[in-house]
Amino acid sequence: MINIFEVNETNKMISEENLDVRTITLGISLLDCIDTDLEVVNRKVYEKITRLAKNLVATGQEIEREYGIPIVNKRISVTPIAMVGASACRTSEDYVTLACTLDKAAKEVGVNFIGGYSALVSKGMTTGDELLIRSIPQALAKTERVCSSVNVGSTKCGINMDAVRLLGDVVLQAAEYTKENDSLGCAKLVVFCNAPDDNPFMAGAFHGVTEADAIINVGVSGPGVVKRALEKVRGENFEVLCETIKKTAFKVTRVGQLVAQEASRMLGIPFGIVDLSLAPTPAIGDSVADILCEIGLEYAGAPGTTAALALLNDQVKKGGVMASSYVGGLSGAFIPVSEDQGMIDAVKAGALTMEKLEAMTCVCSVGLDMIAIPGDTPATTIAGIIADEMAIGMINQKTTAVRVIPVIGKGVGEMVEFGGLLGYAPIMPVNQFSCEAFVNRGGRIPAPIHSFKN
Amino acid sequence: MKKTIITVVGKDTVGIIAKVCTYLAQNNVNILDISQTIVDGFFNMMMVTDTANASKEFGALSAELKEVGDQIGVVIMCQHEEIFDMMHRI
Repeated sequence: MINIFEVNETNKMISEENLDVRTITLGISLLDCIDTDLEVVNRKVYEKITRLAKNLVATGQEIEREYGIPIVNKRISVTPIAMVGASACRTSEDYVTLACTLDKAAKEVGVNFIGGYSALVSKGMTTGDELLIRSIPQALAKTERVCSSVNVGSTKCGINMDAVRLLGDVVLQAAEYTKENDSLGCAKLVVFCNAPDDNPFMAGAFHGVTEADAIINVGVSGPGVVKRALEKVRGENFEVLCETIKKTAFKVTRVGQLVAQEASRMLGIPFGIVDLSLAPTPAIGDSVADILCEIGLEYAGAPGTTAALALLNDQVKKGGVMASSYVGGLSGAFIPVSEDQGMIDAVKAGALTMEKLEAMTCVCSVGLDMIAIPGDTPATTIAGIIADEMAIGMINQKTTAVRVIPVIGKGVGEMVEFGGLLGYAPIMPVNQFSCEAFVNRGGRIPAPIHSFKN
Repeated sequence: MKKTIITVVGKDTVGIIAKVCTYLAQNNVNILDISQTIVDGFFNMMMVTDTANASKEFGALSAELKEVGDQIGVVIMCQHEEIFDMMHRI
Protein backbone atom coordinates (compact mmCIF):
# COMPACT_ATOMS: atom_id res chain seq x y z
CA MET A 1 0.00 0.00 0.00
CA ILE A 2 1.04 3.60 -0.63
CA ASN A 3 2.86 5.11 2.33
CA ILE A 4 2.76 8.59 3.81
CA PHE A 5 6.15 9.59 2.40
CA GLU A 6 5.11 8.79 -1.15
CA VAL A 7 1.87 10.71 -0.68
CA ASN A 8 3.79 13.66 0.71
CA GLU A 9 6.29 13.55 -2.15
CA THR A 10 3.51 13.75 -4.74
CA ASN A 11 1.65 16.49 -2.94
CA LYS A 12 4.80 18.50 -2.44
CA MET A 13 5.48 18.34 -6.19
CA ILE A 14 2.03 19.78 -6.77
CA SER A 15 1.96 22.41 -4.02
CA GLU A 16 5.56 23.60 -3.96
CA GLU A 17 7.20 22.60 -7.23
CA ASN A 18 4.53 23.60 -9.75
CA LEU A 19 3.78 20.08 -10.96
CA ASP A 20 0.77 20.32 -13.20
CA VAL A 21 -0.78 18.88 -16.29
CA ARG A 22 -0.19 21.66 -18.76
CA THR A 23 -2.96 20.83 -21.16
CA ILE A 24 -5.66 18.40 -22.14
CA THR A 25 -6.03 18.96 -25.86
CA LEU A 26 -8.96 17.50 -27.73
CA GLY A 27 -8.03 16.83 -31.34
CA ILE A 28 -10.99 17.03 -33.71
CA SER A 29 -11.02 16.07 -37.37
CA LEU A 30 -12.93 18.55 -39.51
CA LEU A 31 -12.49 16.61 -42.75
CA ASP A 32 -16.19 15.69 -42.73
CA CYS A 33 -17.10 19.40 -42.59
CA ILE A 34 -15.74 20.07 -46.08
CA ASP A 35 -18.26 21.56 -48.49
CA THR A 36 -18.25 23.86 -51.50
CA ASP A 37 -20.54 26.33 -49.74
CA LEU A 38 -18.63 28.47 -47.23
CA GLU A 39 -21.67 29.04 -45.02
CA VAL A 40 -22.22 25.29 -44.76
CA VAL A 41 -18.56 24.71 -43.84
CA ASN A 42 -18.74 27.36 -41.13
CA ARG A 43 -21.93 25.89 -39.71
CA LYS A 44 -20.62 22.31 -39.74
CA VAL A 45 -17.31 23.30 -38.16
CA TYR A 46 -19.04 25.18 -35.36
CA GLU A 47 -21.50 22.37 -34.73
CA LYS A 48 -18.88 19.62 -34.66
CA ILE A 49 -16.51 21.44 -32.33
CA THR A 50 -19.19 22.52 -29.88
CA ARG A 51 -20.75 19.04 -29.90
CA LEU A 52 -17.54 17.09 -29.24
CA ALA A 53 -15.93 19.58 -26.86
CA LYS A 54 -19.09 20.39 -24.91
CA ASN A 55 -17.86 18.63 -21.74
CA LEU A 56 -14.12 19.12 -22.16
CA VAL A 57 -13.66 21.91 -19.64
CA ALA A 58 -16.01 20.37 -17.05
CA THR A 59 -14.26 17.01 -17.39
CA GLY A 60 -10.88 18.64 -16.88
CA GLN A 61 -12.15 20.35 -13.76
CA GLU A 62 -13.57 17.11 -12.40
CA ILE A 63 -10.23 15.35 -12.84
CA GLU A 64 -8.51 18.25 -11.08
CA ARG A 65 -10.88 17.80 -8.15
CA GLU A 66 -10.56 14.03 -7.95
CA TYR A 67 -6.79 13.84 -8.04
CA GLY A 68 -5.83 17.22 -6.66
CA ILE A 69 -3.67 17.97 -9.69
CA PRO A 70 -4.05 21.29 -11.52
CA ILE A 71 -4.85 21.02 -15.21
CA VAL A 72 -3.82 24.44 -16.43
CA ASN A 73 -5.31 24.48 -19.92
CA LYS A 74 -8.08 22.77 -21.79
CA ARG A 75 -7.64 23.21 -25.52
CA ILE A 76 -8.75 22.06 -28.95
CA SER A 77 -6.79 21.27 -32.08
CA VAL A 78 -8.43 20.80 -35.47
CA THR A 79 -7.57 19.58 -38.95
CA PRO A 80 -5.46 22.15 -40.81
CA ILE A 81 -8.02 24.70 -41.98
CA ALA A 82 -6.28 25.16 -45.35
CA MET A 83 -7.66 21.72 -46.27
CA VAL A 84 -11.05 22.16 -44.65
CA GLY A 85 -11.70 25.42 -46.49
CA ALA A 86 -10.04 24.62 -49.80
CA SER A 87 -13.20 23.90 -51.81
CA ALA A 88 -15.22 26.75 -50.32
CA CYS A 89 -12.74 29.60 -49.93
CA ARG A 90 -12.01 31.79 -52.96
CA THR A 91 -10.24 34.60 -51.12
CA SER A 92 -8.19 35.10 -47.96
CA GLU A 93 -11.21 36.86 -46.42
CA ASP A 94 -13.18 33.65 -46.89
CA TYR A 95 -10.62 31.84 -44.76
CA VAL A 96 -10.85 34.54 -42.10
CA THR A 97 -14.54 33.69 -41.63
CA LEU A 98 -13.42 30.18 -40.66
CA ALA A 99 -10.97 31.64 -38.12
CA CYS A 100 -13.84 33.64 -36.63
CA THR A 101 -15.94 30.49 -36.45
CA LEU A 102 -13.15 28.65 -34.61
CA ASP A 103 -12.86 31.57 -32.19
CA LYS A 104 -16.59 31.56 -31.57
CA ALA A 105 -16.62 27.80 -30.96
CA ALA A 106 -13.64 28.07 -28.58
CA LYS A 107 -15.42 30.73 -26.56
CA GLU A 108 -18.64 28.71 -26.53
CA VAL A 109 -16.98 25.63 -24.99
CA GLY A 110 -14.66 27.67 -22.76
CA VAL A 111 -11.21 26.61 -24.03
CA ASN A 112 -8.47 29.23 -23.97
CA PHE A 113 -6.86 28.34 -27.30
CA ILE A 114 -7.87 26.50 -30.45
CA GLY A 115 -5.09 25.43 -32.81
CA GLY A 116 -5.22 24.37 -36.42
CA TYR A 117 -5.49 27.54 -38.47
CA SER A 118 -2.74 25.83 -40.37
CA ALA A 119 -1.34 24.74 -43.69
CA LEU A 120 1.06 21.89 -44.48
CA VAL A 121 3.21 23.04 -47.37
CA SER A 122 6.55 21.30 -46.96
CA LYS A 123 6.77 20.60 -50.68
CA GLY A 124 4.34 22.96 -52.33
CA MET A 125 1.40 25.23 -51.75
CA THR A 126 -2.06 24.66 -53.18
CA THR A 127 -4.17 27.73 -53.95
CA GLY A 128 -6.02 27.14 -50.69
CA ASP A 129 -2.78 26.85 -48.71
CA GLU A 130 -1.52 30.12 -50.07
CA LEU A 131 -4.80 31.94 -49.45
CA LEU A 132 -4.76 30.69 -45.86
CA ILE A 133 -1.16 31.71 -45.25
CA ARG A 134 -1.85 35.18 -46.64
CA SER A 135 -4.93 35.45 -44.40
CA ILE A 136 -3.05 34.63 -41.17
CA PRO A 137 -2.26 38.24 -40.12
CA GLN A 138 -5.88 39.26 -40.50
CA ALA A 139 -7.17 36.08 -38.85
CA LEU A 140 -4.91 36.52 -35.81
CA ALA A 141 -5.84 40.18 -35.48
CA LYS A 142 -9.56 39.48 -35.71
CA THR A 143 -9.66 36.56 -33.29
CA GLU A 144 -8.59 36.08 -29.71
CA ARG A 145 -8.07 32.35 -29.18
CA VAL A 146 -7.14 31.02 -32.60
CA CYS A 147 -3.58 29.74 -33.07
CA SER A 148 -1.91 29.30 -36.41
CA SER A 149 0.94 27.16 -37.70
CA VAL A 150 2.52 26.41 -41.05
CA ASN A 151 4.73 23.40 -41.77
CA VAL A 152 7.21 24.51 -44.43
CA GLY A 153 9.70 21.67 -44.44
CA SER A 154 10.41 18.05 -43.59
CA THR A 155 13.27 15.57 -43.69
CA LYS A 156 11.34 13.63 -46.34
CA CYS A 157 10.54 16.57 -48.63
CA GLY A 158 13.08 19.33 -48.05
CA ILE A 159 12.19 22.97 -47.46
CA ASN A 160 9.64 24.99 -49.37
CA MET A 161 11.58 28.24 -49.70
CA ASP A 162 8.70 30.04 -51.44
CA ALA A 163 6.63 29.45 -48.30
CA VAL A 164 9.55 30.48 -46.08
CA ARG A 165 9.90 33.75 -47.99
CA LEU A 166 6.16 34.38 -47.87
CA LEU A 167 6.11 33.75 -44.12
CA GLY A 168 8.76 36.40 -43.61
CA ASP A 169 6.18 38.89 -44.86
CA VAL A 170 3.31 37.21 -43.01
CA VAL A 171 5.09 37.35 -39.64
CA LEU A 172 5.85 41.05 -40.10
CA GLN A 173 2.31 41.77 -41.22
CA ALA A 174 0.86 39.85 -38.25
CA ALA A 175 3.04 42.03 -36.02
CA GLU A 176 1.83 45.20 -37.77
CA TYR A 177 -1.86 44.21 -37.46
CA THR A 178 -1.51 43.69 -33.71
CA LYS A 179 0.97 46.49 -32.96
CA GLU A 180 -1.35 48.01 -30.34
CA ASN A 181 -0.77 44.88 -28.23
CA ASP A 182 3.01 44.57 -28.60
CA SER A 183 2.52 42.54 -31.81
CA LEU A 184 0.84 39.74 -29.88
CA GLY A 185 -0.44 38.13 -33.10
CA CYS A 186 3.01 36.66 -33.75
CA ALA A 187 2.90 34.81 -30.41
CA LYS A 188 0.12 32.72 -31.94
CA LEU A 189 1.94 31.82 -35.14
CA VAL A 190 4.49 29.00 -35.42
CA VAL A 191 6.48 27.97 -38.49
CA PHE A 192 7.48 24.30 -38.39
CA CYS A 193 9.77 21.75 -39.95
CA ASN A 194 8.71 18.11 -39.31
CA ALA A 195 5.58 19.19 -37.42
CA PRO A 196 4.05 16.30 -35.43
CA ASP A 197 0.40 15.39 -36.06
CA ASP A 198 -0.44 14.97 -32.39
CA ASN A 199 1.19 17.89 -30.58
CA PRO A 200 -1.05 19.11 -27.73
CA PHE A 201 0.92 22.32 -27.06
CA MET A 202 -0.01 25.71 -28.48
CA ALA A 203 0.50 27.65 -30.59
CA GLY A 204 1.59 24.79 -32.87
CA ALA A 205 -1.14 22.22 -32.19
CA PHE A 206 -3.20 20.88 -35.07
CA HIS A 207 -5.04 17.62 -35.61
CA GLY A 208 -3.13 15.76 -38.30
CA VAL A 209 -4.88 14.12 -41.22
CA THR A 210 -3.53 10.72 -40.17
CA GLU A 211 -5.44 10.96 -36.87
CA ALA A 212 -8.82 9.48 -35.87
CA ASP A 213 -12.04 11.50 -35.77
CA ALA A 214 -11.39 12.73 -32.24
CA ILE A 215 -8.58 12.08 -29.80
CA ILE A 216 -7.35 13.15 -26.37
CA ASN A 217 -3.73 14.28 -26.14
CA VAL A 218 -2.19 15.39 -22.89
CA GLY A 219 0.84 17.59 -22.27
CA VAL A 220 2.57 17.29 -18.92
CA SER A 221 5.05 19.66 -17.45
CA GLY A 222 7.17 20.01 -14.34
CA PRO A 223 10.47 21.88 -14.71
CA GLY A 224 10.15 22.87 -11.04
CA VAL A 225 10.04 19.23 -9.98
CA VAL A 226 13.21 18.39 -11.93
CA LYS A 227 14.98 21.48 -10.56
CA ARG A 228 14.12 20.55 -6.98
CA ALA A 229 15.22 16.94 -7.47
CA LEU A 230 18.56 18.13 -8.88
CA GLU A 231 19.14 20.41 -5.88
CA LYS A 232 19.55 17.23 -3.86
CA VAL A 233 22.37 15.88 -6.07
CA ARG A 234 24.56 18.98 -6.37
CA GLY A 235 28.17 18.10 -7.14
CA GLU A 236 27.40 14.47 -8.02
CA ASN A 237 28.66 13.01 -11.29
CA PHE A 238 26.78 12.77 -14.59
CA GLU A 239 25.49 9.26 -13.90
CA VAL A 240 23.70 10.40 -10.76
CA LEU A 241 22.51 13.58 -12.50
CA CYS A 242 21.02 11.67 -15.44
CA GLU A 243 19.41 9.00 -13.27
CA THR A 244 17.75 11.70 -11.16
CA ILE A 245 16.29 13.45 -14.22
CA LYS A 246 15.06 10.14 -15.61
CA LYS A 247 13.31 9.07 -12.43
CA THR A 248 11.70 12.47 -12.01
CA ALA A 249 10.53 12.54 -15.63
CA PHE A 250 9.01 9.09 -15.11
CA LYS A 251 6.98 10.25 -12.12
CA VAL A 252 5.79 13.41 -13.83
CA THR A 253 4.76 11.54 -16.96
CA ARG A 254 2.82 8.95 -14.96
CA VAL A 255 0.49 11.72 -13.82
CA GLY A 256 -0.04 12.72 -17.46
CA GLN A 257 -0.84 9.13 -18.38
CA LEU A 258 -3.42 8.90 -15.59
CA VAL A 259 -5.07 12.17 -16.57
CA ALA A 260 -5.12 11.18 -20.24
CA GLN A 261 -6.75 7.83 -19.48
CA GLU A 262 -9.33 9.40 -17.18
CA ALA A 263 -10.18 12.18 -19.63
CA SER A 264 -10.50 9.64 -22.40
CA ARG A 265 -12.82 7.43 -20.34
CA MET A 266 -14.99 10.28 -19.10
CA LEU A 267 -15.38 11.91 -22.51
CA GLY A 268 -15.71 8.64 -24.42
CA ILE A 269 -12.97 9.76 -26.80
CA PRO A 270 -9.88 7.59 -27.47
CA PHE A 271 -6.57 8.39 -25.81
CA GLY A 272 -3.94 9.54 -28.28
CA ILE A 273 -0.61 10.39 -26.71
CA VAL A 274 1.11 11.93 -23.74
CA ASP A 275 3.56 14.67 -24.64
CA LEU A 276 6.19 14.50 -21.92
CA SER A 277 7.55 17.98 -22.25
CA LEU A 278 9.20 20.22 -19.70
CA ALA A 279 7.21 23.34 -20.47
CA PRO A 280 8.15 26.41 -18.44
CA THR A 281 5.91 29.28 -17.39
CA PRO A 282 6.91 32.77 -16.26
CA ALA A 283 6.10 31.71 -12.66
CA ILE A 284 9.09 31.58 -10.31
CA GLY A 285 10.36 28.02 -9.94
CA ASP A 286 8.81 26.83 -13.21
CA SER A 287 11.81 27.37 -15.44
CA VAL A 288 13.87 25.14 -17.75
CA ALA A 289 16.74 27.67 -17.63
CA ASP A 290 16.86 27.20 -13.86
CA ILE A 291 17.42 23.46 -14.42
CA LEU A 292 20.37 24.30 -16.68
CA CYS A 293 21.75 26.51 -13.92
CA GLU A 294 21.23 23.74 -11.39
CA ILE A 295 23.16 21.39 -13.69
CA GLY A 296 26.06 23.81 -13.30
CA LEU A 297 25.80 26.90 -15.49
CA GLU A 298 25.93 30.45 -14.22
CA TYR A 299 23.28 31.44 -16.75
CA ALA A 300 21.55 29.67 -19.62
CA GLY A 301 23.67 30.56 -22.63
CA ALA A 302 27.05 30.05 -20.96
CA PRO A 303 29.47 27.60 -22.65
CA GLY A 304 28.21 24.10 -21.85
CA THR A 305 24.57 25.10 -22.29
CA THR A 306 24.04 23.02 -25.43
CA ALA A 307 25.52 19.93 -23.79
CA ALA A 308 23.49 20.43 -20.61
CA LEU A 309 20.31 20.88 -22.63
CA ALA A 310 21.07 17.83 -24.79
CA LEU A 311 21.50 15.72 -21.70
CA LEU A 312 18.33 17.10 -20.12
CA ASN A 313 16.24 16.58 -23.23
CA ASP A 314 17.45 13.02 -23.67
CA GLN A 315 16.96 11.98 -20.05
CA VAL A 316 13.45 13.46 -20.01
CA LYS A 317 12.58 11.28 -23.01
CA LYS A 318 14.20 8.18 -21.52
CA GLY A 319 12.39 8.58 -18.22
CA GLY A 320 9.08 9.48 -19.78
CA VAL A 321 8.89 6.84 -22.48
CA MET A 322 8.31 3.98 -20.08
CA ALA A 323 5.77 5.96 -18.07
CA SER A 324 3.20 6.21 -20.84
CA SER A 325 1.69 3.67 -23.20
CA TYR A 326 1.85 6.15 -26.09
CA VAL A 327 4.31 9.00 -26.19
CA GLY A 328 4.13 11.59 -28.93
CA GLY A 329 3.94 15.26 -29.74
CA LEU A 330 7.10 17.22 -29.10
CA SER A 331 8.28 15.47 -25.91
CA GLY A 332 11.41 17.09 -24.52
CA ALA A 333 12.51 20.39 -23.04
CA PHE A 334 11.01 23.63 -24.36
CA ILE A 335 13.20 26.72 -24.39
CA PRO A 336 10.89 29.69 -24.97
CA VAL A 337 12.37 32.99 -23.91
CA SER A 338 9.41 35.09 -22.77
CA GLU A 339 7.73 32.19 -20.97
CA ASP A 340 10.71 31.33 -18.77
CA GLN A 341 11.98 33.66 -16.05
CA GLY A 342 15.45 32.07 -16.10
CA MET A 343 15.76 32.64 -19.87
CA ILE A 344 14.61 36.25 -19.50
CA ASP A 345 17.25 36.79 -16.80
CA ALA A 346 19.90 35.22 -19.04
CA VAL A 347 19.03 37.58 -21.91
CA LYS A 348 19.07 40.58 -19.58
CA ALA A 349 22.48 39.54 -18.23
CA GLY A 350 23.83 39.31 -21.78
CA ALA A 351 24.47 35.56 -21.46
CA LEU A 352 22.02 34.43 -24.12
CA THR A 353 21.98 35.47 -27.78
CA MET A 354 19.96 34.47 -30.82
CA GLU A 355 22.91 32.49 -32.13
CA LYS A 356 23.24 30.48 -28.91
CA LEU A 357 19.51 29.88 -28.90
CA GLU A 358 19.79 28.54 -32.43
CA ALA A 359 22.49 26.12 -31.32
CA MET A 360 20.31 25.03 -28.42
CA THR A 361 17.45 24.24 -30.78
CA CYS A 362 19.56 21.47 -32.32
CA VAL A 363 19.10 19.50 -29.12
CA CYS A 364 15.89 20.82 -27.52
CA SER A 365 12.43 19.57 -28.35
CA VAL A 366 11.33 22.37 -30.66
CA GLY A 367 12.99 25.60 -31.72
CA LEU A 368 13.34 29.38 -31.54
CA ASP A 369 10.38 30.14 -29.37
CA MET A 370 8.80 33.34 -28.09
CA ILE A 371 11.73 35.56 -29.00
CA ALA A 372 11.04 39.27 -29.29
CA ILE A 373 13.08 41.00 -32.01
CA PRO A 374 13.15 44.63 -33.20
CA GLY A 375 10.08 45.72 -35.15
CA ASP A 376 12.20 47.09 -38.01
CA THR A 377 13.70 43.66 -38.80
CA PRO A 378 13.31 43.14 -42.60
CA ALA A 379 10.96 40.37 -43.79
CA THR A 380 13.87 38.78 -45.64
CA THR A 381 15.85 38.50 -42.40
CA ILE A 382 12.88 36.83 -40.68
CA ALA A 383 12.68 34.45 -43.64
CA GLY A 384 16.42 33.79 -43.21
CA ILE A 385 15.95 32.98 -39.51
CA ILE A 386 13.13 30.61 -40.45
CA ALA A 387 15.22 28.97 -43.18
CA ASP A 388 18.11 28.34 -40.77
CA GLU A 389 15.86 26.74 -38.20
CA MET A 390 14.07 24.62 -40.81
CA ALA A 391 17.44 23.39 -42.09
CA ILE A 392 18.39 22.22 -38.59
CA GLY A 393 15.15 20.24 -38.39
CA MET A 394 15.43 18.80 -41.89
CA ILE A 395 19.00 17.59 -41.53
CA ASN A 396 18.67 16.32 -37.96
CA GLN A 397 15.33 14.59 -38.52
CA LYS A 398 13.73 16.49 -35.67
CA THR A 399 10.92 18.95 -35.20
CA THR A 400 12.05 22.56 -35.25
CA ALA A 401 9.99 25.71 -35.17
CA VAL A 402 10.19 29.47 -35.21
CA ARG A 403 7.97 31.76 -33.19
CA VAL A 404 9.58 35.19 -33.26
CA ILE A 405 7.80 38.43 -32.51
CA PRO A 406 9.02 41.53 -34.35
CA VAL A 407 7.64 44.15 -31.97
CA ILE A 408 6.55 47.11 -34.05
CA GLY A 409 7.81 50.43 -32.73
CA LYS A 410 10.27 48.91 -30.28
CA GLY A 411 14.00 48.26 -30.41
CA VAL A 412 16.76 46.23 -28.78
CA GLY A 413 16.71 46.21 -24.98
CA GLU A 414 13.13 47.42 -24.60
CA MET A 415 10.68 45.13 -22.79
CA VAL A 416 7.47 43.70 -24.16
CA GLU A 417 4.64 42.28 -22.10
CA PHE A 418 2.47 39.55 -23.63
CA GLY A 419 0.58 38.68 -20.48
CA GLY A 420 -0.40 35.43 -18.79
CA LEU A 421 1.39 32.25 -19.80
CA LEU A 422 3.02 34.06 -22.74
CA GLY A 423 5.07 36.16 -20.30
CA TYR A 424 7.33 39.10 -21.11
CA ALA A 425 10.67 39.53 -22.85
CA PRO A 426 13.50 41.89 -23.59
CA ILE A 427 13.92 42.53 -27.33
CA MET A 428 16.98 40.71 -28.63
CA PRO A 429 19.32 41.95 -31.36
CA VAL A 430 19.27 40.23 -34.75
CA ASN A 431 22.26 39.90 -37.09
CA GLN A 432 22.19 43.01 -39.30
CA PHE A 433 23.67 41.51 -42.46
CA SER A 434 21.36 40.78 -45.38
CA CYS A 435 20.21 37.41 -46.74
CA GLU A 436 17.87 39.01 -49.27
CA ALA A 437 19.43 37.50 -52.37
CA PHE A 438 19.36 34.05 -50.77
CA VAL A 439 15.73 33.94 -49.65
CA ASN A 440 14.51 35.62 -52.84
CA ARG A 441 15.83 32.86 -55.09
CA GLY A 442 12.48 31.05 -55.08
CA GLY A 443 11.70 27.35 -55.29
CA ARG A 444 12.60 24.72 -52.75
CA ILE A 445 15.57 23.09 -51.09
CA PRO A 446 15.63 19.41 -52.13
CA ALA A 447 15.16 16.58 -49.64
CA PRO A 448 18.39 15.66 -47.84
CA ILE A 449 20.34 12.54 -48.80
CA HIS A 450 19.42 10.63 -45.66
CA SER A 451 15.72 10.83 -46.54
CA PHE A 452 16.23 8.20 -49.23
CA LYS A 453 15.70 5.14 -47.13
CA ASN A 454 13.32 3.19 -49.33
CA MET B 1 -14.23 -0.24 -3.09
CA LYS B 2 -13.18 3.28 -4.08
CA LYS B 3 -9.98 4.15 -2.28
CA THR B 4 -9.49 7.80 -1.42
CA ILE B 5 -6.42 9.22 0.26
CA ILE B 6 -7.07 11.96 2.78
CA THR B 7 -4.07 13.98 3.89
CA VAL B 8 -3.96 16.42 6.76
CA VAL B 9 -1.02 18.81 7.12
CA GLY B 10 -0.66 21.64 9.59
CA LYS B 11 0.23 22.77 13.09
CA ASP B 12 -0.36 20.07 15.67
CA THR B 13 -3.29 20.64 18.00
CA VAL B 14 -5.73 18.66 20.15
CA GLY B 15 -8.50 16.78 18.38
CA ILE B 16 -7.43 16.84 14.71
CA ILE B 17 -7.92 13.11 14.19
CA ALA B 18 -11.13 13.14 16.23
CA LYS B 19 -12.69 15.90 14.15
CA VAL B 20 -11.73 14.34 10.81
CA CYS B 21 -12.89 10.87 11.89
CA THR B 22 -16.19 12.22 13.21
CA TYR B 23 -16.86 13.87 9.86
CA LEU B 24 -15.99 10.66 7.99
CA ALA B 25 -18.23 8.55 10.26
CA GLN B 26 -21.15 10.93 9.73
CA ASN B 27 -20.76 10.55 5.99
CA ASN B 28 -20.32 6.77 5.94
CA VAL B 29 -16.69 6.79 4.83
CA ASN B 30 -14.78 3.74 6.06
CA ILE B 31 -11.20 4.23 7.25
CA LEU B 32 -8.86 1.44 6.10
CA ASP B 33 -5.55 2.72 7.39
CA ILE B 34 -4.13 5.69 9.23
CA SER B 35 -0.52 6.78 9.49
CA GLN B 36 0.77 9.87 11.17
CA THR B 37 4.10 11.57 11.59
CA ILE B 38 5.60 14.92 12.53
CA VAL B 39 7.76 16.46 9.75
CA ASP B 40 9.66 19.69 10.53
CA GLY B 41 7.34 20.30 13.47
CA PHE B 42 4.25 19.92 11.28
CA PHE B 43 1.52 17.39 11.84
CA ASN B 44 1.24 15.03 8.84
CA MET B 45 -1.51 12.46 8.62
CA MET B 46 -2.57 10.18 5.81
CA MET B 47 -5.75 8.13 5.81
CA VAL B 48 -6.63 5.47 3.31
CA THR B 49 -10.40 5.43 3.12
CA ASP B 50 -13.14 3.73 1.17
CA THR B 51 -15.60 6.25 -0.26
CA ALA B 52 -17.63 3.75 -2.31
CA ASN B 53 -20.61 3.98 0.07
CA ALA B 54 -20.17 7.58 1.12
CA SER B 55 -23.39 9.49 1.58
CA LYS B 56 -22.09 12.41 -0.47
CA GLU B 57 -20.43 12.88 -3.82
CA PHE B 58 -16.65 13.18 -3.98
CA GLY B 59 -16.72 16.89 -4.79
CA ALA B 60 -18.93 17.66 -1.76
CA LEU B 61 -16.85 15.46 0.57
CA SER B 62 -13.69 17.12 -0.58
CA ALA B 63 -15.06 20.64 -0.14
CA GLU B 64 -16.56 19.93 3.30
CA LEU B 65 -13.37 18.28 4.55
CA LYS B 66 -11.48 21.37 3.44
CA GLU B 67 -13.87 23.43 5.58
CA VAL B 68 -13.29 21.12 8.57
CA GLY B 69 -9.57 21.72 8.04
CA ASP B 70 -10.05 25.48 7.87
CA GLN B 71 -11.84 25.39 11.24
CA ILE B 72 -8.94 23.62 12.99
CA GLY B 73 -6.20 25.41 11.05
CA VAL B 74 -4.89 22.50 8.96
CA VAL B 75 -4.95 21.73 5.24
CA ILE B 76 -7.04 18.70 4.33
CA MET B 77 -6.90 17.20 0.84
CA CYS B 78 -8.89 14.39 -0.70
CA GLN B 79 -7.49 12.55 -3.71
CA HIS B 80 -8.26 9.32 -5.49
CA GLU B 81 -5.57 6.77 -4.75
CA GLU B 82 -4.59 6.22 -8.41
CA ILE B 83 -2.45 9.36 -8.67
CA PHE B 84 -0.09 7.98 -6.01
CA ASP B 85 -0.18 4.44 -7.37
CA MET B 86 0.64 5.66 -10.85
CA MET B 87 3.56 7.73 -9.67
CA HIS B 88 5.14 5.35 -7.18
CA ARG B 89 4.30 1.83 -8.42
CA ILE B 90 5.23 0.27 -11.73
